[in-house]
Amino acid sequence: MKWPAIGYIRARSLDDLWEAQRTHGAAAQVLAGGQTLLATLAFRLSEPGVLVDITRIPELRGVSLAGGALRIGALTRHAELARDPLVARHAPLFAAAAPHIAHPAIRNRGTIGGSLAYADPAAELPACAVALDATLHLLSARGERRVKAEGFFTGLLSTLLEPGEIIAAVEVAPASPAQRTAILEVARRSGDYAMAGIAAALELDATGRVAAPRLAFFGVGDRPVLANRANVALAGRVLDAQAIAAAAEALGDDLDPPADLHGPPEMKRHLARVLLRRALTQFLPAKEMAA
Amino acid sequence: MNEITPASIGLSREDLPNSYIGRSVPRPNVPKLVQGRATYTDDVVLPRMLHAAFLRSPHAHARILSIETAAALATPGVVRVFTGRDIAEVCDPWVAVLDHLKGMKSAPQHPLPLERATWQGEPVVAVVAESRAAAEDGVAALRVEWEPLPAQTDMETALAPGAVVIHPELGDNLVFTRTATAGDVEAAFAAAHKVVEATFVTARHTGVTLEPRSIIADYNRADGTLTVHQSTQAPHMMQGVFAKHLRLRESDVRVICKDVGGSFGIKVHVYPDEVAVAAMARIMGRPVKFVADRFESFTSDIHARDHRIKARIAVDAQGKILGFDVDDLTGIGPYSVYPRTSAIEGNQVVNLCGGPYDFVNYRCTTTVVLQNKAPTCQYRAVGHPIATAVTEGLVDMAAEALGMDPIAFRRINLIRDDAYPRTSPSGMRFEGLSHHASLDKLLEMVPVEKIRADQAAQRARGVYRGLGFASFIELTNPSPFMYGIGGARISAQDGATVRMDPDGSITIASGVTEQGQGTEAILAQIAAHGVGVPVERVKVITGDTQNTPYGGGTWACRGAGIGGEAALQSALALRAQILEVAGAMLQAKPETLDVVMGEVVDRASGTPRLSLAELGRIVYFRGDTLPRDLPRELVQTRHFITKEYPFAFTNGIQACWAEVDVETGMVKVLEHWCVEDCGRVINPLLVDEQVRGGIVQGLGGALYEHCVYDAEGNLLTTTLADYLVPMSAEMPDIHVGHVETPTRESLLGAKGAGEAGTAGAPAALMNAINDALRPLGARVTEQPFTPARILKALGRI
Ligand SMILES: Cc1cc2nc3c(=O)[nH]c(=O)nc-3n(C[C@H](O)[C@H](O)[C@H](O)COP(=O)(O)OP(=O)(O)OC[C@H]3O[C@@H](n4cnc5c(N)ncnc54)[C@H](O)[C@@H]3O)c2cc1C
Repeated sequence: MKWPAIGYIRARSLDDLWEAQRTHGAAAQVLAGGQTLLATLAFRLSEPGVLVDITRIPELRGVSLAGGALRIGALTRHAELARDPLVARHAPLFAAAAPHIAHPAIRNRGTIGGSLAYADPAAELPACAVALDATLHLLSARGERRVKAEGFFTGLLSTLLEPGEIIAAVEVAPASPAQRTAILEVARRSGDYAMAGIAAALELDATGRVAAPRLAFFGVGDRPVLANRANVALAGRVLDAQAIAAAAEALGDDLDPPADLHGPPEMKRHLARVLLRRALTQFLPAKEMAA
Repeated sequence: MNEITPASIGLSREDLPNSYIGRSVPRPNVPKLVQGRATYTDDVVLPRMLHAAFLRSPHAHARILSIETAAALATPGVVRVFTGRDIAEVCDPWVAVLDHLKGMKSAPQHPLPLERATWQGEPVVAVVAESRAAAEDGVAALRVEWEPLPAQTDMETALAPGAVVIHPELGDNLVFTRTATAGDVEAAFAAAHKVVEATFVTARHTGVTLEPRSIIADYNRADGTLTVHQSTQAPHMMQGVFAKHLRLRESDVRVICKDVGGSFGIKVHVYPDEVAVAAMARIMGRPVKFVADRFESFTSDIHARDHRIKARIAVDAQGKILGFDVDDLTGIGPYSVYPRTSAIEGNQVVNLCGGPYDFVNYRCTTTVVLQNKAPTCQYRAVGHPIATAVTEGLVDMAAEALGMDPIAFRRINLIRDDAYPRTSPSGMRFEGLSHHASLDKLLEMVPVEKIRADQAAQRARGVYRGLGFASFIELTNPSPFMYGIGGARISAQDGATVRMDPDGSITIASGVTEQGQGTEAILAQIAAHGVGVPVERVKVITGDTQNTPYGGGTWACRGAGIGGEAALQSALALRAQILEVAGAMLQAKPETLDVVMGEVVDRASGTPRLSLAELGRIVYFRGDTLPRDLPRELVQTRHFITKEYPFAFTNGIQACWAEVDVETGMVKVLEHWCVEDCGRVINPLLVDEQVRGGIVQGLGGALYEHCVYDAEGNLLTTTLADYLVPMSAEMPDIHVGHVETPTRESLLGAKGAGEAGTAGAPAALMNAINDALRPLGARVTEQPFTPARILKALGRI
């Protein structure tokens, strides 16, 4: 299919963006990496009047460490997440997630802001943001507000973003030495959206005790799912085979996965358990793993 | 530079002449393809050309109550809207049956339906506009009022009481059924030491050509001719179809097919949207282009392999196969596809089950039924992967039941290599096959002992790996017994014209076609070999009904075996003609001369006597210097058709080494091997590519590819994100070996090689997965082998 006729505006500043929104109202849609939006245009699923390209807006770019937090600009490409030294050091989960997303050509264009705003329940970055307890900076002509990633995703492809509002940046607390993170997924082919995936973050103290566990699952619900019961089952326990089994058991009540083309809900639930065990096993001390 | 010279392909002076056959000559058309200088149908732009887009049925089955076109006609750029009735004014419907398939029936099909849509995706209304985008705007503005009707989607209930009869005038949904029997199946099974049975399912899937179906039809009112540029496998067949149904003379239709970006059988059928395009061009007197997009490809390209097969095998205590008993059911959509019909795939299952083995008792029935899904028809390796999965699945299960090694079991049961000629229980005649030599060669390539040791070691660590085998036969070089005998104007013969021009260069025009598989490369090789010129001096013309000898095109593995032989015969005839002329010039007997690398040489000494360019100069410009009555036609045409055997069967065996993650159900193919016998290997590079590509397509069908419908007949897999094709990251290293048993029907001795990979790969993988799962007591027989199915078989979900 061919695209419908659409207008295009390249915003060079936030003011350009607000101006375009004032002029075109609801007909204006933000374009970032285009890796989702342009495909949906070719399906004629959406027919925006005007695309406002935000990729030249400097305020939305860059990764920096400021005020004790790591700030990742919304325009940061997936490929940049994979190679940025600050991300690697302070939010290694994002760096680890990037290679799971699609293919190199898509990673060179797709942005973290676009991924979070689109809110695909099988996408990696929203789950990572939830696992890392990220704060999203939302910006509109009316001003800025900050929301937690956990509450940002409100349903299938839906978020707290209000008309005219954009994601400007994602902020996380820099990883502490005690932090352990992992991302694992099962996808039919490399680069496919996951049938089920886990983004896991927790802290392990010197005695191997778990603190602040945040296991977030993707591809198993209508949004990234923070596994509250599994997290409770882990918190404060020494991480060992029994703790992992308890978390896997508790996970059953955290998930209510839908069926999809790949299989029934039982399959997703099963895969989520397998991934939980595999992810947590990675955090075990070497001798436990051997056992 | 990519110039192909004798030196660049490792030829020495001593190798010459006649040394291109059997060499890995790179394809001459590759630079053009990779530099973007190919001419696909969509690259053709004609003056006054318009573009078509179709409104397709959103329902699996619905009555068309009304079609409101005013808003579409008012859309900027839209020129005209056509409904089924408009097209029917100039175009007659077709009924896709073949006389030799006894009792076969199907309903008349119009390019655009007159009353009812019978599958989701069926083209219903066409909009013609100044651009494709404008045509799509027009389609969006159409208003069609539908009355949704109950849909018959499940093939299992298609013949049951209460089924929706899709074409009431046919009485029921039965298209065709055939049973082949040999020996006494009941007695053999009753007396057997062991009987093993299973139900196999092969998933409906499709070809996914990189270049989608494409056509431009241009009717010239001034001279009454229709010129069609089309991405097709069979230009001459399409010429006949357009002529017949648009009421034109065959000679007034010309079909041109330049480069094709893959076909795999998808582009050898008559599609209603493409015929509609020709009809619209006929009505408007303007060229009309239509290029299917990926959405419409998924809903309107033919699908294939939608089969459920219940089958059993009987063996004696020594492990000899006593018989096969097979019941095949297939759903083909609402119409049999024209003109090859949709009964052939089921018929092939009947022909091919048990094919590699020596046994006497056979019963196989196919039942072909209608359903409200996209039509199915012939797709690469028609019926072979199905028959091979059934046969090889049962063979492995029988070996297991007897506690025998699967290789040893095959060893006792494969037809002996000295047992030919031979007729199979299903009536197939084999001229010469090499099952045992192929197995020997495979065992040289596959380190079975090492693999078994690794398998045991890995199992101890909870890693499940399996090794699977699949012997197969493949039907190639078809004679008129395939289609012509049934009344279809589908040519089994093919022709080639080889000529020499004044500069000594050679041009070959052939009726077989290039689909991206390298046909033009082997034609150039054969012509160079036959005449005696460097291959870079050969130009190839294919894909033009006005400029090539009449032929069947590309299908059922015939390009090399049939088209190649015609090329060889005409090239040899041209060489003989050249030598006669040279003899007169050099005052030597033609038998004492030869043509080597573009030069006439003394046969005994190899001393160059005359270049072909010099010979050409004299013949074409100084003919006055030659003897008056010397024949001087430096152009020769030969046609070839097989005569002794209805088909040239080939054979081979594959092995697959795979790992199953028993917690996630994911399958990783670790390594794959294929030994095949396509007779004379003309170009090892191309044959290996064909086998590898075929294996990848076979593995795709076994692991990923699936046209998934819901119960209402909605196709759920309409993008490449949902319909999963195999990609390089998941594909294993593939090792290819050859045994050569040339057919004696031709000088060239070539049989087909394009389908061997696809025929055996799914079965080999299935057996590998089941070998991996065996210690856990699980087995899968339903393709594709998805994580969900494997986890279910393991009892984990
Ligand atoms: C073949 C393919 C495979 C893919 N596989 C995966 C995968 O495995 N995992 C995965 O996670 N993703 C996958 N993707 C999607 C990819 O990651 C996209 O890049 C991402 O989803 C969207 O980012 P984008 O910058 O391209 O956004 P765009 O396509 O430009 O925009 C997407 C949506 O977000 C809005 N938007 C964009 N930026 C902002 C912003 N800063 N604030 C507010 N709204 C905004 C747009 O208006 C639009 O609605 C795949 C894509 C393709 C084409």
